[in-house]
Amino acid sequence: MKFSLASLFAGLVFGFGLIVSGMANPEKVLGFLDIAGLWDPSLAFVMGGAIMVGVFAFAIARKRTLSFLGFDMKLPSSTHIDKRLVLGGLMFGVGWGIAGFCPGPGLVALGAGEVKAAVFVAAMVAGMAIFELIERNRAKA
Amino acid sequence: MIEIAWNNFTPWSALAGGILVGIAAASFLLLNGRIAGISGILGGLLAPAKGDIAWRVAFLGGLIGAPLVWLTATELPAIEIEAGYPALIIAGLLVGIGTRYGSGCTSGHGVCGLSRLSIRSLAATLSFMAAGFVTVYIIRHLLGV
Repeated sequence: MKFSLASLFAGLVFGFGLIVSGMANPEKVLGFLDIAGLWDPSLAFVMGGAIMVGVFAFAIARKRTLSFLGFDMKLPSSTHIDKRLVLGGLMFGVGWGIAGFCPGPGLVALGAGEVKAAVFVAAMVAGMAIFELIERNRAKA
Repeated sequence: MIEIAWNNFTPWSALAGGILVGIAAASFLLLNGRIAGISGILGGLLAPAKGDIAWRVAFLGGLIGAPLVWLTATELPAIEIEAGYPALIIAGLLVGIGTRYGSGCTSGHGVCGLSRLSIRSLAATLSFMAAGFVTVYIIRHLLGV
């Protein structure tokens, strides 16, 4: 229960952050990715602001084995850069560049009642389901 | 030579919104001990384990509910979606498969990964940023869409 409430809080604040920063608007994101046109550096400031806070949070988290609510600290341990990581990133980047949506802003725009965002999110969930099916088949083989 | 779009550039609201995103990721990490990676939180619902569903739904509910809560206080800023439906479907499929295959998106690798100085997340972030820049260049400047 505590875990879910903290999750709800984090999701809500995350959503507010995307709205305030303008990142729920795909045109603004594409303005950042369009480096050869008139370039809007805003997205870099969003990342910078988030990382400024994040660096402190992770510095605290690294020293703890339990969270402040008493849950296990689950930090990723993999440092391996493999084909999956890079190819997956490239694939995601192409989709990001086509529509200007990444997962978070897609969900926020869906909540704002944008029909086009709903179509994007439906296709994204379908993509995740396709990935899941491929992984399961691979595990069986 | 890069030309800045001074009329669209919003450094202060971008920074303020970024700090909020950072606070969200920080509270998720320090309260629950987890990385706030949105593609992972959503994707995990497609292979649900017992006791692993409610918190995911809660996080996503917060994200989707944020604009609704926002609307009770004030108007939402504009959301302009220029892409057509076929493009949105292709983009969605690529983002869905790509983020799961690459174990993360802008939040998990970009915000959280760079915050914990992970080389792996840096490699992922450079990959999707580079692909994003090239894709927009091709669409806007080579194809002229």
